[in-house]
Amino acid sequence: MALLSKKDANLILDPLADNNPITIQVLGICSALAITAELKASVVMAISVLFVLGIGNVVISLMRNIIPSKIRIIVQLIVVATLVIIVDQVLKAFAYELSKTLSVFVGLIITNCIIMGRFEAFALANGPWKSFLDGIGNSLGYGVILIIVGFFRELLGSGTLFGYPVLGNPITKTGLYATGYENNGFMIIPPAALIVVGIIIWIQRSRNKALIEDN
Amino acid sequence: MAINTDKNSYTVIFAAVMVVIVGTVLAFLASSLSDKIKENERLEKQQNILYAMGINENEGEGSVSFIPTDKVAGEFTKYIKAQLIIEGDKITKDDQAYLIDLKKQATAAKNGETRKLPLFVGNKDGADFYIIPMRGKGLWDAIWGFVALDDDMVVQGVYFDHAAETPGLGANIKQRYFMDDFTGESILSGTQYEGIAVAKGNNDPLNEIKDDNEVDALAGATITGNGVSDMIRESVNLYKDYLETIRVK
Repeated sequence: MALLSKKDANLILDPLADNNPITIQVLGICSALAITAELKASVVMAISVLFVLGIGNVVISLMRNIIPSKIRIIVQLIVVATLVIIVDQVLKAFAYELSKTLSVFVGLIITNCIIMGRFEAFALANGPWKSFLDGIGNSLGYGVILIIVGFFRELLGSGTLFGYPVLGNPITKTGLYATGYENNGFMIIPPAALIVVGIIIWIQRSRNKALIEDN
Repeated sequence: MAINTDKNSYTVIFAAVMVVIVGTVLAFLASSLSDKIKENERLEKQQNILYAMGINENEGEGSVSFIPTDKVAGEFTKYIKAQLIIEGDKITKDDQAYLIDLKKQATAAKNGETRKLPLFVGNKDGADFYIIPMRGKGLWDAIWGFVALDDDMVVQGVYFDHAAETPGLGANIKQRYFMDDFTGESILSGTQYEGIAVAKGNNDPLNEIKDDNEVDALAGATITGNGVSDMIRESVNLYKDYLETIRVK
């Protein structure tokens, strides 16, 4: 027996490609621009969102029949803010170094459109298990794009990956730099992320014509 | 019986109950973890002070490595010979000086009170180090750090950190390649306390020129770099009367 039914598996697989939160739903663009100048930050942000969205979707789903519709956005915001504060405080107490790495992402998690978008579009209408899978799927889809963008921006902008120099030393001109190659400073500023995301969207839509909207 | 979630009374009660539950959970969490968090912050301050005077576990040109937390208290006692609090003309020794909150002191100074300035005197291999704590503004939030000087006002090491600078850009002030550039720079220009500027396009990417009061800027992080320059200049000026008393003439 398969671990997940086909429908359940699609909840995880669809957001990875044809229903990707960044490239198709166009959610979470802000954080994709803000923190993808380095690969490590992309991975940390992806894991943080995975945790918050996975649990948040379950909590909202469990509360879906008792949340007053008039204040549902505020309730969703309180749930995500509470989760983020709990994670932040526990890490500060028991994994201090990690909490320092994460601190800069805390604000961005709360304002991440994907979290509120999935609460609103899925968790309010589905059971906890499906909502959990949807949360995991969407955060993985978000993470994949973040990591792709982070990879190209760090490689082309700084010549490093996870902080380790992979193209040589740009100051002492070793490795690829000895041939006249220069780091592209444009890649480390936020507009470059928009261009990389745009190229991903272009490739994705040219491979799957069904994703192109009619005029 | 189905609940009518659209009623105003239900909405008000729901909101009130939720606030109470969330408030209770967060208050309980904060109070039960606060001792542990404060202890972590205390050890981190000691690690940062030691890092600035070169007591760390850095290897090669890689990342920043502090003294492990289980050893830091012992190393701090071993290398930090005095902790001073400078209050106007009054200088007192206090072994809790490293816990002084610079932000509160800056607010006190704005309100006309005398600011308490902590200063740490370290000794390594027979040489004295004067470590100045500092706090300033980055692009998004606070930045802070420690600068270790010798008695000739030459920087022997620094440590910088930030609350929320952009990863990959302003956040790089805590990278080795940036912090290491400060070592060897003088904070004096002639007899003036100039500090050290983070300068764009100074044509010295290897930072071989050590008498220009400048280090090479971080690409894409001009405002954070300016924040570091301002923080050093302003902090050094707060301490200049004391630094004059120890400076090698």
